[in-house]
Amino acid sequence: MALTNETIKERLVARFGEQLTNFEEPYGLLTFEAPKESNLKVLQYLFDDEELRFQFLTDLTAVHYPNMPGRELAVVYHLHNLRDNVRIRFKVFTASAQPDVFTATQLYSAANWMERETYDFFGINFVGHPNLKRILNVDEMEYFPLRKEYPLEDQTRIDKDDSMFGRGALPMTQQGPAEGPMSPNQPELPVSGAPVE
Amino acid sequence: MSVEHHVKLPEGSIEKTTTTLNLGPTHPATHGVFQNILELDGERIVSAEQTVGYIHRAFEKLAERRPLYQITTLTDRLNYCSSPINNMGWHLTCEKLLGVKTPKRVDYLRVIIMELSRISDHLICNSVVGVDSGAFTGFLYVMQYRELIYEIYEEVCGSRLTTNMGRIGGFERNFNSAVWEKLDKFLAEYPKVLKEFENLFTRNRIFMERTIGAGPISAERALNYGFTGPNLRAAGVDYDVRVHTPYSSYEDFQFEIPVGSTGDCYDRFLVRNGEMWQSLSIIEQAYRKIQDMKGAEAEIYHADAPLYYLPPKADVYTKMEALIWHFKIVMGETEIPPGEVYQCVEGGNGEVGYYLISDGGRTPYRLHFRRPCFIYYQAYSELTKGAMLSDAIIVMSSLNLIAGEMDA
Repeated sequence: MALTNETIKERLVARFGEQLTNFEEPYGLLTFEAPKESNLKVLQYLFDDEELRFQFLTDLTAVHYPNMPGRELAVVYHLHNLRDNVRIRFKVFTASAQPDVFTATQLYSAANWMERETYDFFGINFVGHPNLKRILNVDEMEYFPLRKEYPLEDQTRIDKDDSMFGRGALPMTQQGPAEGPMSPNQPELPVSGAPVE
Repeated sequence: MSVEHHVKLPEGSIEKTTTTLNLGPTHPATHGVFQNILELDGERIVSAEQTVGYIHRAFEKLAERRPLYQITTLTDRLNYCSSPINNMGWHLTCEKLLGVKTPKRVDYLRVIIMELSRISDHLICNSVVGVDSGAFTGFLYVMQYRELIYEIYEEVCGSRLTTNMGRIGGFERNFNSAVWEKLDKFLAEYPKVLKEFENLFTRNRIFMERTIGAGPISAERALNYGFTGPNLRAAGVDYDVRVHTPYSSYEDFQFEIPVGSTGDCYDRFLVRNGEMWQSLSIIEQAYRKIQDMKGAEAEIYHADAPLYYLPPKADVYTKMEALIWHFKIVMGETEIPPGEVYQCVEGGNGEVGYYLISDGGRTPYRLHFRRPCFIYYQAYSELTKGAMLSDAIIVMSSLNLIAGEMDA
């Protein structure tokens, strides 16, 4: 009895209907999206359902898309059904103005540090997390370094500019001209989701 | 778990009944830069709080500014006890994104290197468990065979610890005769050494009493904590990436997955030892498969992928076309398709995953490393609760924690 991507999709759609969107299969890995309010409902269903049984949280991280207003931050879950050996990828998008996402720590103990790491680098506020504080960076840090508004190098350098090599700025990477040194309070992308101390 | 406190203070005393002990960040027994704040009642651990991040180097951010080739060097520095596995994992990720198909001989060469790395990783971990229980001999004894493995790396790629080995599509050069000679020597001598190493420990009364029952975890908790690799298998779950999601032609090999039952330090030790025997068998099988290859196939060491695989250096100096490709590849100017890839390999201490998002630019849009020991180290406080202080050390070493991997 092999659990195929089609079966998973059918069961999920039967349960959640229109809520789940953007079903894709990049490189064979079923990927879909849910509204952030129902992330726990979907995870719980994936965990409990006797056919799906996605009970192993492989990975949890986030991605920042500054050019998608209202859905700048994506939280990405990689789940694994070890019995049938099937993996899926599940995403929820949130606005960076209010990056609140429910925590998955009740379901997976592994999510504890992974969520702390995600908070540390992206500022996702995992609501209900037992100990949401920075983990790899120093506690005094005031910004979330993996967000795209913090450039890694001096932006006045032009020798590494894509457009210098006949490749124009692409839609996903297109950013306004980055300005000067890093500042935690850039007007276009306010950093919010302050830690619950 | 309620722990009875043994220190009795007079009624109304404002002093604590427990002692706070900072274990680390640079304690000689911690084998890496991590700190544990232990609350001790006498010698019994009431609670442990881990602090990580002391050698965080922002690899994920750095990777967003580097072409694919320059990221290989970052992967070296994750689990530096088995860096070739990380290198190969990264190349496999790129190959998946770029659609490069590797020839069988490349896969087998990679398997040989990856299994050698696994042996060197387990070797260090298991012998350090010995050191922490007071048996130093094993550690010194096996060190010369790790040295031999490092010499093989050196012949293959020129470096030993942070190997930066291989390319997208294969290896930078074919294995020379010294590699095969050293591999022959290793395969001939190592089984005896491993047997002797096992004799030193497996039925050693002191070692058994120190490790049996130390830091146990049930299969259910281990899964919930995201354990992978030998630590999960010691708890009795036969999950191995090499079998469940085969990569680099692992499906062509016959091997067993050793499993334990209690998930304590002793089982973890036995599982690692068992895996070393399996790795030896896999290396022998790969060696035989390579020897059976005939004609042109027997000389292949890289895929035919001129867009991503550097041309031979001699051509770069003499041929215009090769020079152009060399420049384009080094500068990261070849076409990278947009896409989203998750690729995992069985690393020395668990499932090493690479989550790569490419937007078609010269560098990854986002790269995330799934670092097994970062994920399972959170179970440490649960594993050591109620244990003795000396168990805290041995549990830490038997989990095979690598600070470089944990902090990325």
